[in-house]
Amino acid sequence: MDKFLNQMMAALTEPAMQQEMLNGIWETLYSTAAATVLACLLGLILGVILVAGEKEGVRPLPGPLMKFINIVINILRSVPFLILMMMLLPVFKPLIGTSIGTPAAILPLVVAAAPFVARLVETSLREVDKGVIEAAQSMGCTPFQIIWKVILPESKPGLVAGFVTALITILGYGSMAGFIGGGGLGKIAINYGYNKYNYGVMFVAVVLIVILVQVFQTIGTKIAVSLDHRITDKGGKRRSKKETLGKIKENKNKSIPNGMR
Amino acid sequence: MIELKHLSKVFPTADGDFEALSDINLTIGDGDIFGIVGMSGAGKSTLVRCINLLERPTQGEVLIDGENLMDLSPARLRQTRRSISMIFQQFNLLMQRTCLKNICFPMEIAGVPAAEAKKRALEYLDIVGLPDKANAYPAQLSGGQKQRIAIARALASNPKVLLCDEATSALDPTTTRSILKLIQDINRRLGITVVVITHEMAVVEEICTHVAILDHGHMVETGTVEEVFSNPKTEAGRRLVFPEGARIDQFPVASVVRVVFNGGSSYEPLIASLAIDCGVKVNILGADTRNVNGKAFGSMLLGLPEDKSEAAKAMNYLRAQQDVSVEEVPDYHG
Repeated sequence: MDKFLNQMMAALTEPAMQQEMLNGIWETLYSTAAATVLACLLGLILGVILVAGEKEGVRPLPGPLMKFINIVINILRSVPFLILMMMLLPVFKPLIGTSIGTPAAILPLVVAAAPFVARLVETSLREVDKGVIEAAQSMGCTPFQIIWKVILPESKPGLVAGFVTALITILGYGSMAGFIGGGGLGKIAINYGYNKYNYGVMFVAVVLIVILVQVFQTIGTKIAVSLDHRITDKGGKRRSKKETLGKIKENKNKSIPNGMR
Repeated sequence: MIELKHLSKVFPTADGDFEALSDINLTIGDGDIFGIVGMSGAGKSTLVRCINLLERPTQGEVLIDGENLMDLSPARLRQTRRSISMIFQQFNLLMQRTCLKNICFPMEIAGVPAAEAKKRALEYLDIVGLPDKANAYPAQLSGGQKQRIAIARALASNPKVLLCDEATSALDPTTTRSILKLIQDINRRLGITVVVITHEMAVVEEICTHVAILDHGHMVETGTVEEVFSNPKTEAGRRLVFPEGARIDQFPVASVVRVVFNGGSSYEPLIASLAIDCGVKVNILGADTRNVNGKAFGSMLLGLPEDKSEAAKAMNYLRAQQDVSVEEVPDYHG
């Protein structure tokens, strides 16, 4: 126990270790951010295709194409992340020039996370009331206008909640990437804890990851709720505090996809 | 003018085809408030969606001012839809937009410059009586207010036709009346043709000039509200206009007649006179009077005595009355 505490203290006080931790935080943040942005973009496009392109969607696409996209997404989602990552590193090596380090991990992370994001986006988009879409059609909207001006804005709170889930999942995936040469806090935890039995340092790195997750989740949920005008009180009818809280709670449950709970 | 010609709609289902509409022929004149009534599942909503081709009819023609919508390209159809606005039972407002932005939406789609759209949207807010709700979100409004915003949004594209799909069915009676008044007002002031889909006869009585009765996908009756309400010719029509008629088979009577009052005379003591003048006792099985567009209409179901000669005497007496028509109701017998 003493050894554990000493290791922890060392991780927090030794300048070299402090530097390493700060580096780790930085690497984790930028690789997570970069991978999340790309994965969300790709996932958003795929999700829109999944919803708009189906038979009853606003812009039906050929059935075989939809089937193909669905199967590819399911395959990518069913391969364990670490294995998918190992398979993808050599694929992307020519593109990035290296298969180790933080930048090398970003593209495989994107490929692994995008199908997951696509499903989150799909769930959010499907929650848009069919009647609202019908109303838009009755006004003479083109399929693109319906997607861009109706479906996406109406599902914005759910989408943001989904992106927060994606961010946190990618943070976790990124930590695992430490096993195969990726950087960041995950690498520190694995190098010290798994390879050198330095559980104190590992613990500090893990706590830092936990703190990051908490911060992202809290901020993300706040943003998602504040974007949702189905529960707003701005400038309108006043509700009792209890009623408003109840609504927010109810709405949180509704707009946060399953994977997040 | 809206003309539906030999319109039918078939939905393929797991156990064979389901014919939601069959051979509908209908003409709706400019400036009419046209009611389409029927029980749930009669095909009313499908029919109204065929008018703007949200549902594509399996067969037939949909002519708006002589132009067959079925022949239009998708782009031309979208263009035409802008002149046919629609409001819904569930309002279908964009929940993440303010009321003002909701009203701007159809103008945004049509490419109206934002500043002009906003100016017009404020005018429409005024017309529907909610000038202070510009920056409120739909979630902050009551059902009636939401429908008013939906009506303002429907007006924003300067339509020739307003389709109302059960527009008041989710509202309480008082709110329903105020929304109907607003629709009537819009019809009169802006000359917009209104098509009202409803299962509530009260709605038709309140505002409609013409009515069509839909039953199991067939259009069984059509005409002015006065015609159809004072003397429904079909079983389905009677069921809707005199829903209480069904109760009479509890009474042990020989034959049943319906006495219809065509304006004005419903306040004369007809039954008392009948009893005094002919000495025949009739049984009042049901009675209903209505106020349709300022004229009094009413009907009464009478059970005639078993004695054939007494019954004939009563019939003759009733037939001799002015502004009263009498008919036997054979389907209630036995």
